[in-house]
Amino acid sequence: MNKRTNLGSEVGKHIILIIGALVVILPFYLMLSFSFKSPAEIQSISGGFFGAQEMMTDRKCLKAERSEEECTMLPIVYNYTAAFKEAPLLRYLLNGVIVTLSIFAIQVIIALPCAYALAKLNFWGRDVVFGLVIFCLLIPVHAIALPLYLMLAKFGLTNTFAALVIPWTISVFGIFLMRQFFKTVPDDLINAARMDGMSEFSIVWKVMLPTAIPALLAFAIFSVVAHWNDYYWPRIVITGDQDLMTPPLGLRMFKSDMDGNEYGPMMAAATVIVAPLVVAFLLAQRRFIEGITLTGMK
Amino acid sequence: MAEIGLRSISKSFGSTEVIKSLDLSVSNGEFITIVGPSGCGKSTLLRIIAGLENQSTGDVEIDGNVVNKTRASERDLAMVFQSYALYPHLTVQQNLMVPLKLRRLSFLERFPIIGWFMPNRSSKLDEIVSKVQAASETLQITHLLDRKPGQLSGGQQQRVAVGRAMVREPVAFLMDEPLSNLDAGLRVHMRAEISELHRDLKTTFIYVTHDQAEALTMSDRMAVMMDGEILQLDTPHEIYNNPSTIRVAEFVGSPKINILKGECDEKGNLNCFGTKITDSIKLAQKGNVSVGIRPEHMQLVSSKDKNVIKGKIVYRENLGSDIFLHLTVNEGEQKIIVRSEPSNVINTAVGDQVMIGWDEQKVMAFDVDGENITMQ
Ligand SMILES: Nc1ncnc2c1ncn2[C@@H]1O[C@H](COP(=O)(O)OP(=O)(O)OP(=O)(O)O)[C@@H](O)[C@H]1O
Ligand SMILES: [Mg+2]
Repeated sequence: MNKRTNLGSEVGKHIILIIGALVVILPFYLMLSFSFKSPAEIQSISGGFFGAQEMMTDRKCLKAERSEEECTMLPIVYNYTAAFKEAPLLRYLLNGVIVTLSIFAIQVIIALPCAYALAKLNFWGRDVVFGLVIFCLLIPVHAIALPLYLMLAKFGLTNTFAALVIPWTISVFGIFLMRQFFKTVPDDLINAARMDGMSEFSIVWKVMLPTAIPALLAFAIFSVVAHWNDYYWPRIVITGDQDLMTPPLGLRMFKSDMDGNEYGPMMAAATVIVAPLVVAFLLAQRRFIEGITLTGMK
Repeated sequence: MAEIGLRSISKSFGSTEVIKSLDLSVSNGEFITIVGPSGCGKSTLLRIIAGLENQSTGDVEIDGNVVNKTRASERDLAMVFQSYALYPHLTVQQNLMVPLKLRRLSFLERFPIIGWFMPNRSSKLDEIVSKVQAASETLQITHLLDRKPGQLSGGQQQRVAVGRAMVREPVAFLMDEPLSNLDAGLRVHMRAEISELHRDLKTTFIYVTHDQAEALTMSDRMAVMMDGEILQLDTPHEIYNNPSTIRVAEFVGSPKINILKGECDEKGNLNCFGTKITDSIKLAQKGNVSVGIRPEHMQLVSSKDKNVIKGKIVYRENLGSDIFLHLTVNEGEQKIIVRSEPSNVINTAVGDQVMIGWDEQKVMAFDVDGENITMQ
């Protein structure tokens, strides 16, 4: 009896979770599926997930006066080659990597000493400074976008990598997160390091950093995901120069270049852009979950 | 090796005064224990000596030099923390190497990558590794060198913590309750090991504990500290047998010393509730006193030819080697404890009426201010 009600509630729970998962996964499923199929299949919504993969001939290619043989290929091959051919997709990906990694690296270099000072050193005005950090957490990015843009423009930095990186280098969220974590590191460990002869800077990098790896990973997730997927800020400071575009921005440019119903290559490009994050998640799944539960954020 | 001197040190946190104008001189190679109840300021004092905390007033001297302005890392003292404070991300070997690397290698030699190309680095590293090896052999932790602290038992971590202090050959060791996290058996064992270490190294040791057994067994001299003051500083033997005040007498000794209300008559005899306790000590003062007799200086007697106190057994504590009898005396007004060999009290049971005698030579008396007036 008892067992049965248990089973019932378990089944109920799973049904709800499955429905939720489907809602989330469906767009991804369509993206992936479209990236495999021929235009005809996409328009008629046929061919299942993978499409029939019948040979197709590219009309644009024929116009470029190539042989029919050259222009005939599987839809999947067509979609992905078109994606890489029509736009400098690799360039976008590389830009994304450069920008997100430099942002994260500089954020860490700045946040760790700040967090250490706020958590473990006694100095006059510490609580006020920490109050300011909390206050800065409340400022929405969009509110200060215009002044930031004007400042960068004054220094002639628009349309550079610097414009993409500099505004994010001081992460109050990172400082706050690391400070909360450093609070839990025992004072004795720091005192022992001092007795061993370490300077305060060595303590930050050789004692605090290694013990804070889980917190740092959590922060890395938030930082990298946010800046890899960011569309708003690159859209403001990068105008036109394709070589500086990050993947989300590139995707948009890409769309306007293609004629309206070329969904296949576009979805292929989108797939390529989300792939690094998905792969990273699969590789570090356990760490991701650890990190996110650590911060108590969902 | 070093002499350490504290000159009228005081420390306040906000308005609470934790240490009150404290003086202490530790001589070269001495093992001194600071013992006192929880919260009396022992750790604070040790941290002031180490330079991890600034005193509000007063001077800390090492070998005659005032080191008030010297940073903790430059005082060349080593400290073993109550929580061991090993670097959790490093192996035991790396933990032991850290203090040596920081002191033996130059800044550039420690620098990542650049350091690899410095000419003297590898010979210095070899030297460090051999030092670590020697220290780990002394402490019998060679088989643990590749483990992380999280994979060690409390006792093993404690040895590593001592090892980390030892490899550096500091001028003095500061130890803050290093044994408090260990079980009773291991504690006794480590007590002996630390004493042996002190004999081998002949370095100054300042050892903080709230466990009087550690203080009594290990130290050359012990300082009894309460409420931020050192009440008495002497050899364990003197502190036990000649406590300067009633607070010291009550703190040192287990089970606690028996304190009875008594008075001094005109002739200078000591009486407790009508019974003469002793006349071998002629007291200068007349009036109310507190009489202190340690549990092992009392015993059950059968004859009535000497002065005795009548009591009733309320509880019997059998420790195997000893039996502690808890008794009420003076019509149930006061409680005392008698420590006795099991064979002497084999026939007693809870509820028995018994007679108690005592060793007159060992009786102490304290005046109304708690000062020992029988001090020899
Ligand atoms: N940073 C601080 N701020 C305020 N009060 C403090 C601080 N550190 C210690 N104290 C107070 O100082 C007193 C002495 O503390 P201390 O740690 O020296 O005690 P202790 O003798 O080592 O005790 P234990 O045996 O429990 O370790 C305590 O009452 C404690 O509350
Ligand atoms: Mg303490």
